[in-house]
Amino acid sequence: MARISGVDIPDNKRGVIALTYIFGIGRPSSEAILEKAKIDPNKHVGDWTDEESKAIRDIITTEFKVEGELKSEVQLNIKRLMDIGCYRGFRHRRGLPVRGQRTKNNSRTRKGKRKTVANKKKAVK
Amino acid sequence: MARSLKKGPYISHSLEKKVLAMNESGKKSVVKTWSRRSMISPDFIGHTVAVHNGNKFIPVYVTENMVGHKFGEFAPTRNFRGHIAKKDKGKR
Repeated sequence: MARISGVDIPDNKRGVIALTYIFGIGRPSSEAILEKAKIDPNKHVGDWTDEESKAIRDIITTEFKVEGELKSEVQLNIKRLMDIGCYRGFRHRRGLPVRGQRTKNNSRTRKGKRKTVANKKKAVK
Repeated sequence: MARSLKKGPYISHSLEKKVLAMNESGKKSVVKTWSRRSMISPDFIGHTVAVHNGNKFIPVYVTENMVGHKFGEFAPTRNFRGHIAKKDKGKR
C-alpha cells in the first residue's frame, strides 16, 4: 500500500490512474508527475520501488497543492466572493447555480432534492 | 470569452477621469455611474460609487478584494423575494 500526501492509498492500478485518487491531481498532472519522476505510467503502484514512490512524493509536496490545502483554498475563494457582496457570492449563499444557468428546471446539483410545493394547482381548464 | 489582454481592462473614461481627479485633490464624494461594465481598478479603492441597477443607484463601497470585478456585479438588477404564498394571493 502506497501512501501519498496523507490519506490516499491507491493500489493495484496503473500509476497514472492511481495518482488521480488524490484530490487535486487529474490525468494531466498525473502524467506530468510520472514523466518528471521518469517512471513508466503503465507500471502498477504495487511494483513501485521505495525510491520511486519517494520521488513522486517529493514532486507532489514541492510542486502541487493537494487535498486539504487545496480544498481550503477553494473554500476561501468562495468565501471571498460571498464577503464582497457580488452577484456570484450571492448565488453561492443562496445555493443556486453561479454561472448563469437556467433555474426554471434542472440545476438539481446546486438546489438539492426537489422540494414539492404543497397544493400547487394543476392548470385548471 | 475573456477580454484580450492587449487592450487592458475596460473602464469608462468619464468615470475614471472623475475618480482620478478625486484621488488627486484628496476629496471623496459619491460618483454616480451607469457604467456597470466598467472594471474596478485599484484607483477606486476607498471610494463609494453609486451603480445604477436600471431603477435606482446602489451605493457600492469599493474594497481591495473587489478589484478585478465589474461594477454591475455589486448592484443586482432583479429583486426576487420568493413566490407568493397561497393565502396572500388574492390580496395583492
